Amino acid sequence: MRRSGRIATPRTAGLSATVLTGYGLAAVLGGLAVAVFALLLAAGGDAQSAPPYAYIGRVLGFTLWQAFLSTVISLLAAIPMTRALARQAQFPGRMLLLRLCALPMVMPTIVGIFGVVAVYGGSGYLAWAADAAGVDWQPRLYGLAGILIAHVFFNLPLAIRLLLPAFASVPAESWRLAAQLGMGSRDIFRIIEVPLLRQQLPGIAIIIFMLCFTTFAVALTLGGGPRATTLEVAIYQALRFDFDLRLGAMLAILQVIFCAGGAWAVWRAGRQMVLGNTARLVAYRYDGRASLARLADFGVIILGAVFLTLPILALVQRGLAGMVAAASVASLLKATMISLGLGLAGGLTATLVGYLIAQARQRMLSSGQKRGAMLLGLTGRLGLFVSPMVIGMGIFLAATGSIDLYRIAAAGVILLSAVMALPFVLGVLEPALEVAAARHDRLCAALGLTGWNRFCHIDWPTLRRPIATALALSSVIAMGDLGAIALFGNQDMVNLTLLLYGQLGAYRLDGAASTALILLGLALAFYWTIERVVGGRELH
Amino acid sequence: MRLKSFLKSTILASACIVVASSALAQDKPVLTVYTYNSFTSEWGPGPALEKAFEVNCTCDLTWVALEDGAALLARLKLEGKNTKADVVLGLDTNLTAEAKATGLIAPHGTDVSALKLPIAWDDVDFVPYDWGYFAFVYDSEKLKDPPKSLAELIDGKDAPKIIIQDPRTSTPGLGLVMWLREVYGDKAPEAWAGLKPKILTVTKGWSEAYGLFTQGEAPMVLSYTTSPAYHQIVENSDRYKALVFPEGNYMQVEVAARIEGSPQPDLAKSFLQFLISPEAQKVIPTTNYMYPVLDIGADLPPQFTALPKPEKSLLLSPEDAAVNRDAWTKEWIESVSQ
Repeated sequence: MRRSGRIATPRTAGLSATVLTGYGLAAVLGGLAVAVFALLLAAGGDAQSAPPYAYIGRVLGFTLWQAFLSTVISLLAAIPMTRALARQAQFPGRMLLLRLCALPMVMPTIVGIFGVVAVYGGSGYLAWAADAAGVDWQPRLYGLAGILIAHVFFNLPLAIRLLLPAFASVPAESWRLAAQLGMGSRDIFRIIEVPLLRQQLPGIAIIIFMLCFTTFAVALTLGGGPRATTLEVAIYQALRFDFDLRLGAMLAILQVIFCAGGAWAVWRAGRQMVLGNTARLVAYRYDGRASLARLADFGVIILGAVFLTLPILALVQRGLAGMVAAASVASLLKATMISLGLGLAGGLTATLVGYLIAQARQRMLSSGQKRGAMLLGLTGRLGLFVSPMVIGMGIFLAATGSIDLYRIAAAGVILLSAVMALPFVLGVLEPALEVAAARHDRLCAALGLTGWNRFCHIDWPTLRRPIATALALSSVIAMGDLGAIALFGNQDMVNLTLLLYGQLGAYRLDGAASTALILLGLALAFYWTIERVVGGRELH
Repeated sequence: MRLKSFLKSTILASACIVVASSALAQDKPVLTVYTYNSFTSEWGPGPALEKAFEVNCTCDLTWVALEDGAALLARLKLEGKNTKADVVLGLDTNLTAEAKATGLIAPHGTDVSALKLPIAWDDVDFVPYDWGYFAFVYDSEKLKDPPKSLAELIDGKDAPKIIIQDPRTSTPGLGLVMWLREVYGDKAPEAWAGLKPKILTVTKGWSEAYGLFTQGEAPMVLSYTTSPAYHQIVENSDRYKALVFPEGNYMQVEVAARIEGSPQPDLAKSFLQFLISPEAQKVIPTTNYMYPVLDIGADLPPQFTALPKPEKSLLLSPEDAAVNRDAWTKEWIESVSQ
């Protein structure tokens, strides 16, 4: 490894077991992805027809356009909202609002769609309000507008959750200095917050862009027709409808190229900023105290909260009404236990793997290997930009004849959902590790603190909160999993999401609404508990 | 001491039970059936069928429940000869020709002479276990004067709005494409152009479409003639009604088949035979909300008998469906994207 000029790191510490395991895990992930693509490409396909280039081009154009718009709108909304939340650090309901932000992550897509439609649809809250007010107006949801509303609903909360820790990480000294210099709100934004955003936004933008790029049901259902076809739909069409594995793999590779390219571009636009060594005092921001600033902040917060909670409110209303038609207590209880068990197992796996990969990436970054660090970061995000369907088909293609996947279904579901949740873990841990490294690497090097000792005495106390957030987020994502559990199809392994789909498929829409409510309530409690138990009390 | 010996005996006893039960489980042959997951959910026919079949077979019936019929076929193709399936259940006639072409399907060897379907059944590989008609279901509280024919729906002005499913991702969606092709032939693109302004949205699957429909987004949805029976039987409501058209309604026939080279050929055969027995067939109507393939007499709920039935039943042969599926779906994309 290259010796770093800036931080005198002893060689032994540079290649610790942690870092090596991180490299190893990333290599396994990357190798698996390559193997999956190679297998699918080799499996061949429909040789007599050439790929429908015009169709693919049109689909690609639409996919990029809607993903771009969704990302930009989500971020543009997230910045003022997060800033307002950071400036107003104490008001009743703040914690609840922040925890509600975890809900869209666990929400099965179809439930989110129903929630959005219940607000913005032809017979939703908005239409009802317009009618009550005597305004002759009908919302026109289906089309690009519907896709964007749903994507912002799903991704704005995620952006807030990921962005807020950054705002909170501005050291107390900065605020004191800013106060001393008499900096106004605009100066603070320009001098303190913009550099912060330049560092944080790229990573968040990538996640949202990829989530929107690989969208499927949202685009089809709310898009109004086949003009709203995304690349993921084309992949589905190739793999399932035409069983043209080669075309499916080629489209999936196209998806990887665009996502990775987007990630690369965004990363370049970002800027590394080291917050430096501080006394880690806790300080409240002094701006946002003036009544005008308060008014503006609360205006933004209320607007955002209404946007976020209205669909959730609609789901709660429908869920409560559907309780009479709920599934039997026994099956709900069983599904709940399975959801929690698989969620915790998937979340723990994702967090552990994510921590190791993020450590390895940090080591590369500290020793100046920017490209290597980026490659590690991208590898960890494979679950985001490789279509789950491609991963699933690849696994079954690889295993058939040698491994009986149906016998190890539980392990398979846990591992696969961990891969899917890994990008979110990295989204939380990478920036946290960067800050921790900047603060403690020199000290640890000087004291010769390495390995487990360093983790216990230095890293755990400072990283406890981000680790808790990563674990909570990934557990909740694994808990709401549908793709992995449906892939293995084990009849005894039915989580709440699958139970809900079973109800929907059997006309039991009211019962499904009640299951959705239970799933959301449980996710909220689960998230809350993990953040509290693992993360300890809030600092302020 | 007493506690210790009690604990000892408990451990010993439970160990015996574990060993015995695992031995028992190994003694029983396992019949693995690949199907789709709404079939095996607690509201589907799966649990009742499993219980009834296991009473007599001294076997263990195991479901592998995948997303839908298309996922089922894709899994079979992926696994090829290494598949764990003894029986595959849940394909429809749009997929059977392709399934047959994999070489994995064995002749059913089952007596199908007692079957009662609107069409003659002479397929030697696939056994039908339920069927239904695709139909537009409407909300009678919102729509007082529904279209009386397919032509009226297509030629009418902008209303009423309909929700349909995408043929690339959903069985009813593909059914509608075949339906219009059967009625209008090469003029199908023009028919789609007429239908287009009424389409509120095209969903990924049936669940999204039906959910939006019952949420009040549109007064009509593409579903089955048997859908209203659910609302009558479970919700005691006459609000939702299905339309039969004089041009005929397109059919869906769901089938099961044995897998070639399965280690349990006899068990698989007896399962297929069981599937079309009166005992299994009477489970179908109130779980899958489709018609049974047998005349089950008084076991068919009266709500089913009262359902409107089209004069004409439309269904393409599996071969025609397989040959044209791709081209007609492309044609659909073109006509609806304009």
